Amino acid sequence: MPDVTMRIWRGDSTGGDFTNYTMPAVEGEVVLDMVHRIQAGPAPDLACRWNCKAGKCGSCSAEINGMPRLMCMTRMEDLPTEEPVIIAPMKTFPIIRDLVTDVSFNYAMARQLPPLALRPADGPDGTYRMQQMDVERGQELRKCIECFLCMNVCHVIRDHEENKAHYAGPRMFIRYMELESHPLDTNDRRELLRQRMGLGLCNITKCCTEVCPEHIKITDNAIIPLKERVVSGSYDPVAWLGRKILRRTKRSAAEAAADAPAQHTPTSEDRLERQTVPATR
Amino acid sequence: MSTIEDAKPVPVTLGGVRGGPAGARTLRRDPWWRSPTITFVFLTAFVVYSAWAVFQNADYYVGIAQHRDLISPFYSPCIMGSCVAGAHGTFLVLHWWTITPALFALSVPAGFRSTCYYYRKAYYRSFWQSPPGCAVADGHARYSGETRFPLILQNLHRYFWVLALVWNVILTIDAVMAFRLPGDGGIGVSVGTLVLVANATLLWLYSLSCHACRHLCGGHVDQFSKAPIRHRLWKIATPLNERHMQFAWASLIMVALADLYVRLVAAGWIHDPKLF
Amino acid sequence: MPDGAAEELETHDFDVVVVGAGGAGLRAAVEAQERGLRTALVCKSLLGKAHTVMAEGGAAAAMGNVWPEDNWQVHFRDTMRGGKMLNNWRMAQLHAQEAPDRIYELERWGALFDRTPDGRILQRDFGGHRYARLAHVGDRTGLELIRTLQQRAVAMGIEVFMECKILRLLKDGDGTVSAAVGYWRATGGFVAFTARAFVLATGSVGKSWKYTTNSWESVGDGQAMALWAGADLIDMEAVQFHPTGMVWPLSVRGLLVTEGVRGDGGVLRNSEGKRFMFDYIPAMFAAETADSEAEGDRWYEDHINNRRPPELLPRDEVARSINAEVKAGRGSPHGGVFLDIATRRSAEYIHRRLPSMYHQFKELAGVDITVDPMEVGPTCHYIMGGIRVEADTEATTVPGLFAAGEVAAGLHGANRLGGNSLSDLLVFGRRAGIAAADFAEARTSTPTLDPAEAAQVIDGALAPLAREGESAYDIHADLQETMQSLVGIIRTQSELEQALVKLDELDERARSVAVSGGRAYNPGWNLATDLPSMLTVSRLVARGALERRESRGGHTRDDYPKADPEFGKVNLVQRLDARGELTLAPEPLPQMPPELAALFEETPTGEEGH
Repeated sequence: MPDVTMRIWRGDSTGGDFTNYTMPAVEGEVVLDMVHRIQAGPAPDLACRWNCKAGKCGSCSAEINGMPRLMCMTRMEDLPTEEPVIIAPMKTFPIIRDLVTDVSFNYAMARQLPPLALRPADGPDGTYRMQQMDVERGQELRKCIECFLCMNVCHVIRDHEENKAHYAGPRMFIRYMELESHPLDTNDRRELLRQRMGLGLCNITKCCTEVCPEHIKITDNAIIPLKERVVSGSYDPVAWLGRKILRRTKRSAAEAAADAPAQHTPTSEDRLERQTVPATR
Repeated sequence: MSTIEDAKPVPVTLGGVRGGPAGARTLRRDPWWRSPTITFVFLTAFVVYSAWAVFQNADYYVGIAQHRDLISPFYSPCIMGSCVAGAHGTFLVLHWWTITPALFALSVPAGFRSTCYYYRKAYYRSFWQSPPGCAVADGHARYSGETRFPLILQNLHRYFWVLALVWNVILTIDAVMAFRLPGDGGIGVSVGTLVLVANATLLWLYSLSCHACRHLCGGHVDQFSKAPIRHRLWKIATPLNERHMQFAWASLIMVALADLYVRLVAAGWIHDPKLF
Repeated sequence: MPDGAAEELETHDFDVVVVGAGGAGLRAAVEAQERGLRTALVCKSLLGKAHTVMAEGGAAAAMGNVWPEDNWQVHFRDTMRGGKMLNNWRMAQLHAQEAPDRIYELERWGALFDRTPDGRILQRDFGGHRYARLAHVGDRTGLELIRTLQQRAVAMGIEVFMECKILRLLKDGDGTVSAAVGYWRATGGFVAFTARAFVLATGSVGKSWKYTTNSWESVGDGQAMALWAGADLIDMEAVQFHPTGMVWPLSVRGLLVTEGVRGDGGVLRNSEGKRFMFDYIPAMFAAETADSEAEGDRWYEDHINNRRPPELLPRDEVARSINAEVKAGRGSPHGGVFLDIATRRSAEYIHRRLPSMYHQFKELAGVDITVDPMEVGPTCHYIMGGIRVEADTEATTVPGLFAAGEVAAGLHGANRLGGNSLSDLLVFGRRAGIAAADFAEARTSTPTLDPAEAAQVIDGALAPLAREGESAYDIHADLQETMQSLVGIIRTQSELEQALVKLDELDERARSVAVSGGRAYNPGWNLATDLPSMLTVSRLVARGALERRESRGGHTRDDYPKADPEFGKVNLVQRLDARGELTLAPEPLPQMPPELAALFEETPTGEEGH
């Protein structure tokens, strides 16, 4: 088989440039295989993250010929090889070295997320009853492998660094939607999303959906449903009027728990979750 | 109940040095510009055509003289003083409205479509270049998304949707009326009938595939098993919603074609053939 | 020469430090943090990338949601039988008893398992499990598990040290583990953790083999560090080769094809199209295995009146059978056999039940599994052996050191049943967390760090950067070749002896390994620091395999093809003696109490024999 040239960005926070590596092509390889062969050969110190090499862990995110993709899920035969294959690190995050970036922004956003606040159990044994129809929507969202390609491609932070201070980003919107629509959850994160997590910054241009290797419909099934839920909470004059009239539309978990008979001995995890629910409305 | 007080802010360090080539707009080599360019051309063409059609203020109704009852969707509902005789049936409401009736008739569709989640994507990408393509640099230095006026008004989409449903009912009535062939045998089907039926059908598909519709059908429910009817509605809305873009384009093109057809017939350029 | 003493050493002090952030490590950290102890989680990769995400099929727990006949005794017996009775009975018992609670707990933490029609957690069939027992989420259960635990850990505010490799555990004068020394992968800067208790949850060793389902992280750090710290390791020869890894294309050779494919109706065929597994039913399982295709096919619908198809025999049996078919010349074009679900289930069913398998084959091999069969073959998957632990506390033989998950041994005996590893992580991760917290609270001495010892560790790690020599990649490739060809799925004395000679040579070569480039995120250097672990663990496996002159579970000796009852009564214990020499001795297995032993003698009506 013919040779293929890989044009890989090498460098760190002090600067860098592309280096060409020409390697013989091998049938059936993915981009990550080429990177591994370059590591085992001409560039043993070429930095790149990877773990499972099967599209399940979401470590080997990079920009291949300019498109954010997983290196392990990009087959060489699907790329034009007449010209060099360009591999660059994710642009949105600070560089560590070569293809490795500092993705701690995503973990910082995850730490701010108000966790699941359980509703009372259904069964007398403290277990829950959920139908497949209850869990399917969340299951799609929980497919996320945290490759952060959606965060990388999102122009809100890719092209506007200052927005990182107040923008949770597509990956976290997936998580927010998963919890907001979780069949067991009683927390309400809509004002948080509106005021501090930058849901309104998203202009639904759908690049996150385009690059998702898990094919999660991020925009249609997470961000837009969240926007609609926020509309109901903050921009809906009908709902606003309804709230004025009815006074109480959604009871807090604490109230619900107080009404329900004690169905299982509170465990330590309940204590933790209760802390996240304000005692009063 | 809100958890905004409970979310602990975690500081984010800004301004880290980024990797990759500095200053490159994009490293993409595929023709990423093709799709926004096509969108730009078609949307521009539609806006130009509809602006022209709106200010024609003529040739939008084919009446009894030609044994037809066809009204252009750009001019329906026609309830103004300025409407031509026959176009408005009996309920003339806005007697004081003397400018082109299309401005009123198109206000709701325009509001609905311009706040539509699909069209927003389309024009943010192709017109506003924010971003022009995925992993292609945003055309603007500052960006506040839909958090400020006027774009915060995009949140009113679902109210336009409700109004759009009213419009759909009216345009459906128009399509039903188009089966009347006055003075030409009572009831029948002409090409114009089919045009208005197709137009109304596509408008329904577009409206019912709307993201706000999907939310209102059942997207707001957390426990589907406790709301089986809303779950069923949501299950119907979801596959429609997946084709929202296709319906958006199909209905947009159809509505322009319907106007053009009615216009050509009304102006006497062509004859609307009776099929059966 | 590098000067470790001159290196700046970042230090952190905690009550409990958990090394490894897969399922077991996360579960242990959650438990320790829950107790109010200052807990740190240290992992080599980013949080949430650990190998647990690769687990596909499910987590075994006798909840009885699908088959009310199921209970912990049946699960216990399946586990012991699958492990060829080499298991630690107490661990198998605790595991079977506590797994359901651990699954329900995950649900309360947000996990969304697939459901039964009456709204409970759905369970699926898997090899070696008498009843459908695996709680699952499609075929990405491991992801669900790690995400749930990760999100729990984040919500609790556990401190996580990501991309930090631990090199060594250091002990105080009284022999209690007190510190761990490692480095940040991003910068190459060194870091030390002192803590009152340590939990090892570092997972597997598979990266020493060429064809493996394991990622680069699975180099046996935990096993090696425990050994160096003086801990006992048992039954290291018990390595599981998963019967169905992908064999084509070459670049993904070894990648796992979940057993769920067979649990959901997939069958194995040779190049003649024959369902060959019917020819390989061992006597031990004959009573409960279908002997005709018709009966096997009926079983999916009716478990009570039919026996399970032989494709669902324990993994060791299936792997050996595939190996035999290929050797007999009836293999597929690329040296495996065919796994066929396309002709047996509808495309819609396959999409729903096995979505990630569908994508894996579609995107990596260009094969549509709803139309064509998959080519599969055995691949190194899991190590049943590992650090010897107390069944109830996961305490190793070194004070202050606990171990849970794959790095620990005992639960699975000579062969692990699919689905038992995820529940293993949860049950024993939690127990290790509790015991480590107990130990930390009770510990009277203040853990200290001896700077001289730390400097020695740092010297060792820096040495490859300061010399000329051989590339770590070459040594690694030769190690993989050696282990694959000489300590693979079928072993013999001569090859194992040859392997030990080769390992001596590789040890020698590793002593002069050299690395180019700097310390900041240098994978070449990272690999060089992994080599000591890989070589150590490979040696333990080869020595154990040589000593165990029988075939049992994952360990198959060509020259001793039968199980030997005498070997069935012992663990092979390896440790470093006072002079630092590796020793190996058989020690008797813990004795099962009569009421549990009775489970294997009787044939309760309605359960066995059909």
